[in-house]
Amino acid sequence: MTDEQHVDPVIEADLPTGAGSAGEPPPPAAAAPPSRLATAVRGLLVPVLAVLSALVIGAIIIVLSDLTFFERLSADPGGALGDALGSVWSAYGALISGALGSPGAYVEAFASGDSDQIISAFNPISETLLAATPLIFTGLAVALGFQCGLFNIGAEGQLYVGAVAATFVGFAVTGLPWFIHLPLAVAAGFAGGAIWGFVPGILKAKTGAHEVIVTIMLNYTAYRFVEFILKLPGYQREGRSDPISKVTEASSWYPPLIEGLRANWGFFLGLAAVFAVSWLLFRSTKGFEFRAVGFNPSAARYAGMSIAGSTILAMMISGGLAGLAGTGIVLGITRSLTSGVSAGLGFDGIAIALMARARPRGIIFAALLFGALRAGATPMQSATGIPIDLVVVVQALVIMFVAAPALVRGIYRIRVPEATGTEVFSKGWGS
Amino acid sequence: MTAAVAAPGAIVDRGAVRRQRIIGIFYLLLAAIAAFVLTSGIAPEATSTFALKPAGSKTGLDIPNLVVPSVVTLYAVAALCGFLGAIQLVRGFGTRWAVVLGIAVAVFVFGFLTWAAVGKSMSLIGILQLTVVKALPITFGALSGLLCERAGVVNIAIEGMLLTGAFTGAVVGSATGNNIVGLVAAGFVGAALGTLLAVLAIRYRMDQIIAGTVINIFAAGITGFVSTRVLQLHRELNEPQRFPQIPIPVLSEIPIIGPMFFSGNIFLYALFVLIGLIHYGLFYTRWGLRVRAVGEHPRAADTVGINVLGTRYRNVILGGIVAGVGGAYFTLGSTGSFVQDMTAGRGFIGLAAMIFGAWTPVGAFLASLVFGFADAVQARLSILNIALPSEFLLMVPYLVTIVVVAGLVGRVRAPAADGRPYEKE
Amino acid sequence: MRLELRGITKRFPGVIANQDVDLVVEPGEIHALLGENGAGKTTLMNVLYGLYQPDEGEIRIDDRVVMFHDPGQAIAAGIGMVHQHFMLVPVFTVTENVMLGVESVRGPLGQLDRPTARKRIIEISERHNLKIDPDATVEDLPVGVRQRVEIIKTLYRRSDLLVLDEPTAVLTPQEDEELFEIMRSLKAGGTSIVFITHKLNEVLEIADRITVLRRGRVVGSTTPAEATRESLASMMVGRPVELVVEKTPAHPGAPVLEVHGLVVRDDRGHVAVDGLDLQVRAGEIVVIAGVQGNGQTELVDAITGLRHPVAGTIRIGGATVRPEPRPIFEAGVAHVPEDRLEDGCVPGFTIVDNLVLNTYYRAPFSRGIRLDREAIERSATELVANFDIRTPSMFVDIGDLSGGNQQKVIVAREFSRPVRLLVAAQPTRGLDVGSVEYIHRRIVAKRDEGAAILIVSTELDEVLALADRIAVMYQGRIVDIVEPERATPQLLGMLMGGSLPLESAAAASVSPAAPGDPGT
Repeated sequence: MTDEQHVDPVIEADLPTGAGSAGEPPPPAAAAPPSRLATAVRGLLVPVLAVLSALVIGAIIIVLSDLTFFERLSADPGGALGDALGSVWSAYGALISGALGSPGAYVEAFASGDSDQIISAFNPISETLLAATPLIFTGLAVALGFQCGLFNIGAEGQLYVGAVAATFVGFAVTGLPWFIHLPLAVAAGFAGGAIWGFVPGILKAKTGAHEVIVTIMLNYTAYRFVEFILKLPGYQREGRSDPISKVTEASSWYPPLIEGLRANWGFFLGLAAVFAVSWLLFRSTKGFEFRAVGFNPSAARYAGMSIAGSTILAMMISGGLAGLAGTGIVLGITRSLTSGVSAGLGFDGIAIALMARARPRGIIFAALLFGALRAGATPMQSATGIPIDLVVVVQALVIMFVAAPALVRGIYRIRVPEATGTEVFSKGWGS
Repeated sequence: MTAAVAAPGAIVDRGAVRRQRIIGIFYLLLAAIAAFVLTSGIAPEATSTFALKPAGSKTGLDIPNLVVPSVVTLYAVAALCGFLGAIQLVRGFGTRWAVVLGIAVAVFVFGFLTWAAVGKSMSLIGILQLTVVKALPITFGALSGLLCERAGVVNIAIEGMLLTGAFTGAVVGSATGNNIVGLVAAGFVGAALGTLLAVLAIRYRMDQIIAGTVINIFAAGITGFVSTRVLQLHRELNEPQRFPQIPIPVLSEIPIIGPMFFSGNIFLYALFVLIGLIHYGLFYTRWGLRVRAVGEHPRAADTVGINVLGTRYRNVILGGIVAGVGGAYFTLGSTGSFVQDMTAGRGFIGLAAMIFGAWTPVGAFLASLVFGFADAVQARLSILNIALPSEFLLMVPYLVTIVVVAGLVGRVRAPAADGRPYEKE
Repeated sequence: MRLELRGITKRFPGVIANQDVDLVVEPGEIHALLGENGAGKTTLMNVLYGLYQPDEGEIRIDDRVVMFHDPGQAIAAGIGMVHQHFMLVPVFTVTENVMLGVESVRGPLGQLDRPTARKRIIEISERHNLKIDPDATVEDLPVGVRQRVEIIKTLYRRSDLLVLDEPTAVLTPQEDEELFEIMRSLKAGGTSIVFITHKLNEVLEIADRITVLRRGRVVGSTTPAEATRESLASMMVGRPVELVVEKTPAHPGAPVLEVHGLVVRDDRGHVAVDGLDLQVRAGEIVVIAGVQGNGQTELVDAITGLRHPVAGTIRIGGATVRPEPRPIFEAGVAHVPEDRLEDGCVPGFTIVDNLVLNTYYRAPFSRGIRLDREAIERSATELVANFDIRTPSMFVDIGDLSGGNQQKVIVAREFSRPVRLLVAAQPTRGLDVGSVEYIHRRIVAKRDEGAAILIVSTELDEVLALADRIAVMYQGRIVDIVEPERATPQLLGMLMGGSLPLESAAAASVSPAAPGDPGT
């Protein structure tokens, strides 16, 4: 365990008053703690390098998957390489401007002074926030599981079931003002996800079935379930034969942050969830139990905690958070449900949670990064023809580099002051 | 000191009692479904027909179709399930409860098929043949997991290895026009992913489940990326030749068994050889003894001079090859061309089959047949147009996996050091 | 074989485990390596065995310098080692375990030749009088037999030098004697033996030469003829040691713990506690003595609610309590568990959090589900000072503390609240002498406050030092209850081995549960 890992945020905040107050001078062997800035920089180094490395490998994949590159390589190596670099440059350029906007567009918009034009210049950032919203929730869902020693690969399925519930409340309940309808739909989304999280929780607690296999199987089950629901009369949109739900009422939608942009208050619900989860984990008795069970179940049992209860509750909250991600989509983006709305958001949650080292506040930044990748991917595909799947590859690489910090340190020859161990979040089949 | 003390004979395990009771109620439930739900709306004289001879088969012994009166059969099924449930509740079956559970479920499944085939002819042999076909890649996945886990490394990347194997087999098989080259290439790519898993799990001591998940996501991403970017433009790269069926003379003529096990293609026979080899290797050779020692107690193995990490590397790479070759079955042995995410969780089901089969090759194969059967019934029933939404039938293999994992984990013992990184100091 | 270690130094991050250690083992000699827990004995032997590489120094065998990079090379050079924690694969048979690494095979595929290996094992076991069933599965064997398997393993590899790391820790005194016989017979056959221990009596009985290690250094070398128990003890610890705990006679009060007819099963479903009766009264220390694996763990688990009894009653303060850890804890039971890191604390949590591990949910540490961090930290500050927990900060991960300080954290947590019954299993295992003395003093103080105290210990010294009454446990039952005044190591040894001495056999068969009237 590294020192960054076990000093949780709450304690970091309280450290100045507590350190060395034990009534006895610390033994001389104890080194002075590194400054907080240095710790923060060191903590950021690995994630930043991980993203860079992943993008470099992504670039190599772009080049290698271009068949004309190989044809030209023997005839005109210089031109082939130049073109290859050019295509990488334009792909990543499109990705970045799709996620953050282009400087030119900002300058032009502000110069024109036209408010519509200014707003549309901010559209890429709005899209990033929009894409980041569900990712905050799925990242939190996975991170909460990690803190309780559970590996929830099922955020994807929980998201879908949450979306089914939220969509239903969204179109079936009518005539309510938004400040009642929206919370109701959001609560339904949470409940749907929580139910789907309850299943692996209770199976793990009562039979020992490993949550990884169960949640993966429940993902597939959820896909089929959604396909089934979307063809049910009363849920399927009238006059359509393809699987698509009715359109939700406008009163159930997350209100936009700025009129004219798609970014909405769902993002702030995400931020609120981050702080709620942080409080739950580090400031409440339940969180104390979750983390104790996660670190050492037998000591938790010795201390009189209910392992089964913590496991079930943590899986339900985790599932509920994933369900909220579903509301971020159906009440914030698509406004109706189709079978393809998630496209791997649950799996992105794993990458985000790992990148944030399962700590709630880190989730915000990781989710923004992955949101930017997602937001930029579509413009990239339409501008350069590079498939969106590139982003999935990049994300897998990011997880790999982040989860094996020694790998990044090895590549970049970073020396670490103290010995660091592995981060083990999950357990073998028997547990 | 007057409180009651249980008599010495009354030593009982409360958990076991509850489990026995639940199982007993489950049997009664099956009986009730068979007697009341499935029989409803069936004419008393209706019959269900099961074909036992492959359609279009001209050779082989002539076996007649099995025709049963539907309602009578269902009542018989209900009676049998009810009888088992009653005994279970009254006195239990002791240590043989698992066998009885298997029998009860099998009987009920037969009743279910009878219901589905009312007034129609269902090709039972077709379902059984399809069972083997569906079990094939699952078994490859299970064997891959077994090789890794016997040495103490959890391989949850089987899914990604299968998918990449399927992709590589199709592309290389098409590009070279030679499906054997495609098969070998799939093995190589599997080995590469195995190496990646080994390096992450062993060298960098990354959480093994996360390492496997990374490989799965990576595999889904890269095959999706390349098939969108390349294969959509160059369809000729996704049209490999398939391996032909090679019925084995004489053996393939045996009723039922012949069409199931001796009329397949090279993958099926390779699988049999592999099961035999791994079984023999694991339990009768020096290699197997050392592998199992490393998986059970790596430090003990280390102290007698066995190279723990080397053994793990070797086994994980072997596991990668097996999964890569098994993945090629999806394209070179089955559908012919690669489709995104075509493995649809079969790697994970393979993992469950490995657990169900108690980490033995033969057990893994038998367990895979159970999953294959669920898959086959699902596929056949959706053709028969019965009164169940196809989505629910499609859930069946996944639900069976959950039930199996929930029912068996903790009752079968995993290698003791499974999933734990080994550190010398 | 003549073994010589010259100037061995081995460093780990932050610690020097061995510093400039010299050691010479002559052929056919039993050489005792004596030292406290943590003195560096095991590290030294792991260096010899190729598990660690020394940072400095050299190893010579028959005056040739050797280098071992892995155990395989050490084995090839004729060194055999019986580790403190047995290195046996539980699911393998004896034959498989013995042959592992040096398998006899035939055929191109390397098929195992079990019959040949089996024959050699039987030969060895007959030659050295080591009774063993080569086809038994190791997990079914008692520890004493497992140790025999380990010794056969080394003989199978034709070792000339045998290292025995704390071999008597898991044995009864009778089994100790058997082991010593085996050692003498091996010595007669020319095998050199390094015998690692911290038990002084054994050293004096069996060793030809004694080397004492303290804090990683050799502090002296002597022979049993020149040494006494006291001289060895002060060499080991570095100061004269008092081997007794100061305590006044007990004044037992009302019974606090009453166990009657208790039956508990172990993890594998075997009956581990078999109709046990026991009573502990306020203000007395009852120590359960016995060889490891006679049901002590399961008994403690049952009393503390970690394991459900199959039959029998447990009363605490006259009432039955729901058999779950929390109700039992709330009934005033404190528990210092046997396995510190496994059960007693959460490595990954700070000292602060570990100090409230089982009280976090009560006032003043929480209100509703809100943790009161301030109250928790205030109490932690106080406990760290009161219980002399040495740490740079109380926000340090408990996993980074030494074993002694970890145990102090647990003791601080369990002793700092009003307690009617204290259950402590192996409270001083693996601790240095200073921590042992400290924890013993605290236990006696707790007794004097009026708590009933139940200790489980396998160390005879600890049993004799602490107990007001000694309950000897054998195969799941209390076979006798002995007053410390009439307890001798010989008597306890016989009881622990299951043989009842004549006078007490009669008493025990009448009523082993009767506490007797030791006070009056």
